Amino acid sequence: MSETAMSEISRRKALQVLGTVPAAAGISWTGAEAAQAHQHAEQARQAAADEKTAYEPKFFTKAEYATLGILVDLILPADERSGSATDAGVPEFIDFMLVDQPTRQTALRGGLRWLDRECDTRFGKAFAACAAAEQTAILDDIAWPEKAEAKGLSHGARFFSLVRDLTATGFWSSKVGVEDIGYLGNVPAPKWTGAPDEVLQKLGVSYDGLEKWYRPTDAGA
Amino acid sequence: MQVIESSKEYDVIIVGSGAGGGMAAYVLTKAGANVALLEAGALWDVAKDGAMFKWSYDSPRRGFGGKEKPFGEFDGCIGGWEMDGEPYTMAPGERWDWFRARMLGGRTNHWGRISLRWGPDDFRRKGIDGLGDDWPITYDDIKPYYDNCDRFIGIFGNNHASETGLHNEPDGIFQPPPKPRGYELLIKDACDKLKIPCVPARMSILTQPLNGRAACHYCGQCGRGCGTHSNFSSPTVLLPPAEKTGKLTVVPHAMAREVLSDDEGRATGVSYVNTTNGQETTLRGKIVVLAASACESARLLLNSTSPRFPKGLANNSGVVGKYLIDSTGMSVSGFIPKLVDLPSVNEDGVGGMHLYTPWWVDNRKLDFPRGYHIEIGGGRRMPGYGFMGGIEEHPGGSGGGYGKALKEEYRRLYGTGVGFALRGEMIPNKDSYCEIDPEVVDQWGIPVLRFHFKWSDHERKQAKHGQETFREIIQTMGGTVTTPWRDHDQDYGLEPGGRIIHESGTIRMGNEPKASVLNKYCQAHEVPNLFVCDGAPFVSQADKNLTWTILAFAWRTSEYIAEQWKKRSI
Repeated sequence: MSETAMSEISRRKALQVLGTVPAAAGISWTGAEAAQAHQHAEQARQAAADEKTAYEPKFFTKAEYATLGILVDLILPADERSGSATDAGVPEFIDFMLVDQPTRQTALRGGLRWLDRECDTRFGKAFAACAAAEQTAILDDIAWPEKAEAKGLSHGARFFSLVRDLTATGFWSSKVGVEDIGYLGNVPAPKWTGAPDEVLQKLGVSYDGLEKWYRPTDAGA
Repeated sequence: MQVIESSKEYDVIIVGSGAGGGMAAYVLTKAGANVALLEAGALWDVAKDGAMFKWSYDSPRRGFGGKEKPFGEFDGCIGGWEMDGEPYTMAPGERWDWFRARMLGGRTNHWGRISLRWGPDDFRRKGIDGLGDDWPITYDDIKPYYDNCDRFIGIFGNNHASETGLHNEPDGIFQPPPKPRGYELLIKDACDKLKIPCVPARMSILTQPLNGRAACHYCGQCGRGCGTHSNFSSPTVLLPPAEKTGKLTVVPHAMAREVLSDDEGRATGVSYVNTTNGQETTLRGKIVVLAASACESARLLLNSTSPRFPKGLANNSGVVGKYLIDSTGMSVSGFIPKLVDLPSVNEDGVGGMHLYTPWWVDNRKLDFPRGYHIEIGGGRRMPGYGFMGGIEEHPGGSGGGYGKALKEEYRRLYGTGVGFALRGEMIPNKDSYCEIDPEVVDQWGIPVLRFHFKWSDHERKQAKHGQETFREIIQTMGGTVTTPWRDHDQDYGLEPGGRIIHESGTIRMGNEPKASVLNKYCQAHEVPNLFVCDGAPFVSQADKNLTWTILAFAWRTSEYIAEQWKKRSI
C-alpha cells in the first residue's frame, strides 16, 4: 500500500468518526469519548494539514470559522517569543468546546453575525473581507469594554471579551502557550528548596528568622 | 422482586469507603474481623485512573470539568453537587448543596489534605460560651488517636503552641513542613505587621518516606490522586493493609438502601442495590458501621423503619438528621503589583498551601463566638481552562485590548493574584437539618433527603470579620482587592451551606439518649451493634477542617468495636 493510500484511508476513517460526534445542543461527552474525539480531531487536523486542506469545523460554518481564525490571531498574534493563536490550535479548541459545552453557541454565532453586520454598515463588506486596517478599526472600538460602552457598542464588546477569554484559554493552555508563559512545574522534584534568591530579592523577603521551622537537615528543606 | 441473599454472615459490614469507612476497615481487619466494605461507586486505582503529570493540552477540554467534575477535569474524585439519578430536595427558600462522591475512597481522593488537630476547647464550647452542646468526650480521650494518625498516616507541620500562645492548636507528631513559596513569604510579612500569626500548614502529605510510601515529589497535584501514595487517601493508605489481612471484602457498586434489624432491635445486615444491574441484595453482619457521609448515613437510618423504630433505626429520639453543620466559607482575592514580572520559577510545591493562619483572636474582644482559620493561595499555576479570564477587569492591566500588547499583558500579570479563604466554625442550630422527602425517590426508588439550612448572625459576623481582615492583609501587601465587598444581605460573602464539603452533625453523639443518637463510642444508644464512623457523630464543628478528627474518631470507635467483638459483648 502506498503512503498516500494509507493516509487517505486514515483520514477518511478519522473524518468518519468525527462525523459521529454529537453536534446537537445539550449532549455532553464522557471523558473517554471526548478524548477519543480529540484524538480523531487531531488526526484529522494533521491529515488535513498534510494534504493542505482545511480542518472541518463541527460547530462553525466555514465562513464563521474563517472569521474566527482571523479574530484569534488579531487577539494573540505571533511575536518573537511564540507563535500565533492559530499556530497553537485555538480555532479547533473553540470549535470543540462549543460542541462539548453548547451554552455559548448562540453568543458566539450571534457575535460573529454582529461583527459582520457592523463591518457591512461601515465598510460594505464582511469582517473577513475587510482590509487589515478596517478590521483593527473595529477592534479598537470593541476591545476595551469601557470605551465600547461609551460608543454604544456594548454588544460588540461583550462578544469580543468572550472570544478573548476563549482565545487566552486555548492559547496559554496549549504547549506553545505553557512554554511561552514560563510555567515550569508539572515535573517530579526530588526536593523542595523554597523560592530562589532572585525571587526573594525581587520581593524583598527572606527565610531569615524561620530556621526554627525549616531545619536545613530535614528532607524537603 | 427477587432479592439475592448472601449465606455468609460477616463480622462487620461497613457502609462507605472514605476516611471513616477506610479507617474502620483497617482497624477491624487488623483485629481479625471478617469485614465487608460497601461502596456505592466503582473501584478506582490511582495508578491507572489518576491524572498526575497530565498537561492541560493532553485534553481537548483543557481541564474543564463541568457538572461531573466541579473541581476540574483532572480532579481525582468522581462525584459532585449534582448527580444524574440521585436528586435531593430543599425546603422552599433554603439552600444546601450536597456533594457526593461515588468511588472507592470517596472524597478522600481529592480533599485538600489540610489536617488540623482539634484542641481541648473544641470539645467543650458550650462550657465556654454557652452555645450549642459539649461533646461526651474530651480532648484527652481522643488525643492518642490523633497521635496514631500522625504516626501512621503521616502529616507535615510544626508545633507552635508555645511560640504563638495558641493553646487550642495542640502539638502533634509532624514531618518537616515545606518552606514557603515567594508569595507566601510576602503574605507572612503582611501578617507579621498586622500581628496575625502565619505558621507552617498542617497537611497529610509526606515530606519523608513512611510505611513504604514515598515522600512528596512536589508536583502540586494532590487533588488528582497521587501515583506515589505520598498523600493520604483511603484507597492508598488504609485499604492496602486491610486487604493484606485477607479479611476484607470490598463490594463496589453497592448503593445501600436500608439497615436491616430484628425484633430485638439489633442490626442484622444491610440491603443494597447493585447499581450495575439493579439487583437487590442483602448482606448479613453481626455489626454494622455507617460511614457513608453524614447526610447519607442519616438518610440510611431514616429509611430503615420498622415497628420498633417507626422514625428510622436508632431514632426514637428523633435526633437523626438534626443539627446539620458545615464549615463556614468565604473568599477574598487580590492583585499584588510586587508579583508582576517575577522570574519564572516552579512554584508547584505540595498540593496546597505551605503556610496558614490558625484562629488567633480572643472572642471576648469580638461581637461573635467561635472563629476561623485562613487558607492562602496564589502562584504560577499550570495554565488550564479559564486561564486569566476577564482580563479586561484585571487591575494592573489596560482594561482590554488585543495584539502583541495584550499578549505581553498576560505574561506580565500571570501569577500576580493571591487568595484568602475563610474556613470557620458554624454553631449547630435547630433550623438546619435533613429529613426524608415525602414524595421524591432516586433512580433506585430510595427516598431522598430534603434539606433545611440557615446561617445565623454568628456566622455572618464571622464572615464580616474575615472580609475586613483579608482586605487589610491585601492592602498591607500593597495590593488591590479584586473581590467586591459583600454586605449583610449577601451574608458578608458566606458560601451556601454544603459548599465547603464539611457536612457533619446529623447523627450526633451525647450522654443523653433523648437528645442524641450515639454514645461516647459512636455506638447507637438504642442499637448496640450499630456504629457511625463519618462526620455524622459530631456535636459541633471547629474552626478547623474535620477529616483528621473523623479519622481519629473512626480509629477510636473501631478499637472499641474490636474489643467488644472479641468479648462477644455486642
